[in-house]
Amino acid sequence: MTEITPAFENQVLDILAEVCESDEVKNEPDIRLFEEGLMDSFATIALLVEVGERMGIDVPISDFNRNQWATPNMIIQQLADRK
Amino acid sequence: MISFVPYASFRFFIVAGILMIPIIVSGLIGKRMRLYNDFVTVVMIFLIFYGQPAQFVSIIIFVLWQTGLVKGYLELRKRNNRSVYFYVATALAVFPLFIVKLSADVPALNFFGFLGISYVSFRTIEMIMDIRDGLIKSVSVAEFLRFVLFFPTISSGPIDRYSRFKKDQAVVPTRKEYKELLYLGLNKIFLGFLYKYIIGYLVHEYWMGSSMMNGNSLFSIWMYMYAYSMYLFFDFAGYSQFAIGLSYLMGIRTPENFNKPFLSRNIKDFWNRWHMSLSFWFRDFIYMRFVYTMIKKKRLKNRYLISDLGLALNFMIMGFWHGFLLQYIIYGIYHAVVFISFNRFEQFNKKHSIWSKDNRWVHALSVLITFHVICFSFLIFSGRLNFLW
Repeated sequence: MTEITPAFENQVLDILAEVCESDEVKNEPDIRLFEEGLMDSFATIALLVEVGERMGIDVPISDFNRNQWATPNMIIQQLADRK
Repeated sequence: MISFVPYASFRFFIVAGILMIPIIVSGLIGKRMRLYNDFVTVVMIFLIFYGQPAQFVSIIIFVLWQTGLVKGYLELRKRNNRSVYFYVATALAVFPLFIVKLSADVPALNFFGFLGISYVSFRTIEMIMDIRDGLIKSVSVAEFLRFVLFFPTISSGPIDRYSRFKKDQAVVPTRKEYKELLYLGLNKIFLGFLYKYIIGYLVHEYWMGSSMMNGNSLFSIWMYMYAYSMYLFFDFAGYSQFAIGLSYLMGIRTPENFNKPFLSRNIKDFWNRWHMSLSFWFRDFIYMRFVYTMIKKKRLKNRYLISDLGLALNFMIMGFWHGFLLQYIIYGIYHAVVFISFNRFEQFNKKHSIWSKDNRWVHALSVLITFHVICFSFLIFSGRLNFLW
């Protein structure tokens, strides 16, 4: 487990809110993004490109699995593990 | 010549069933006899193809070609991750499949090909993509062959992924886990019989085959649309149940292919429920990669345009993949248009909320509309409308 700082968390949530075009993700960190229609394949790519450019974390597309990246909290954890 | 097409004859089930007995027995005591499993694969591949020498030769050449390609690309990738290597490797991996699909138009190319070449190609193309991404760092020839020639899914999928498959190969199920797999597997196989050989058969025989379907009246074509859609689902879902069930008996959790597709509430939902292993493959390796490249290289600014182009490419390739025939290409264009239109509608609805998501009646209406939109696409696919063009 990697330690997650509030600054890191906020940065991820900001990007997430941008790519989902909704602030809901900030208030509900356990919302199922794909099931609720907040995220789709396009938003996934936007997310991966943005984290790559703004945070320097490279995630290959094949590494993104909807079950393991299902909620904002899970996404924060996944990214922290790859930092 | 005796036919040994997977799941198509009583003979296939008997032979596969007998060969499975030692696998089931060892599974129940928590063991896996790797050598015997490999032996079964070789026997089954031989039985499936030996009746047609041309196919038999084709699959051998094909496997040698793909093995060389995957091993070769892996070595190159270790030294240098240049894009050009990746594109060349992908093109070479697609090439045999391309030749086979082209043979629908060019009969001279008929000499090459075998049952299931699409599905085996999907497996190797996926591996090249994963090597490019650095997810696959080493592959032994034995591991490669076990994945590529996994016989329960060789003829028509479902399409598994290498890293997922490898995990199931490496971990031997405990007695308790295997008992569960056996139970689920047998259940699926019997569901397969119900779907393919009872419901599918009855629909084909008495509904599609009824005299009501003759002639080109609007009514007969309309009824044929429902009949064909039902047949397509029960036949293919039944096949998939056989393939998944048999995989389970071998301790491999092959992914599902269908999840109540006729209850989809929109076209996006439909592609998450219909022939899932194929649509996810296309999503991950065509749509998403196209969008990624476009955004990353900043070729285009407008994200909606990027997404639309990605969808058009995705469904066009899917159409051509079914065969280089007009009915399949129109089917692909139709789905691209529907999908893109739905995206536009969804964006509009996010702002104006004219179509509530939570209302029961609206939901029912959405399902009904979606059902007809997809049945119509299957009508195009079936070739029943070919007299129009």
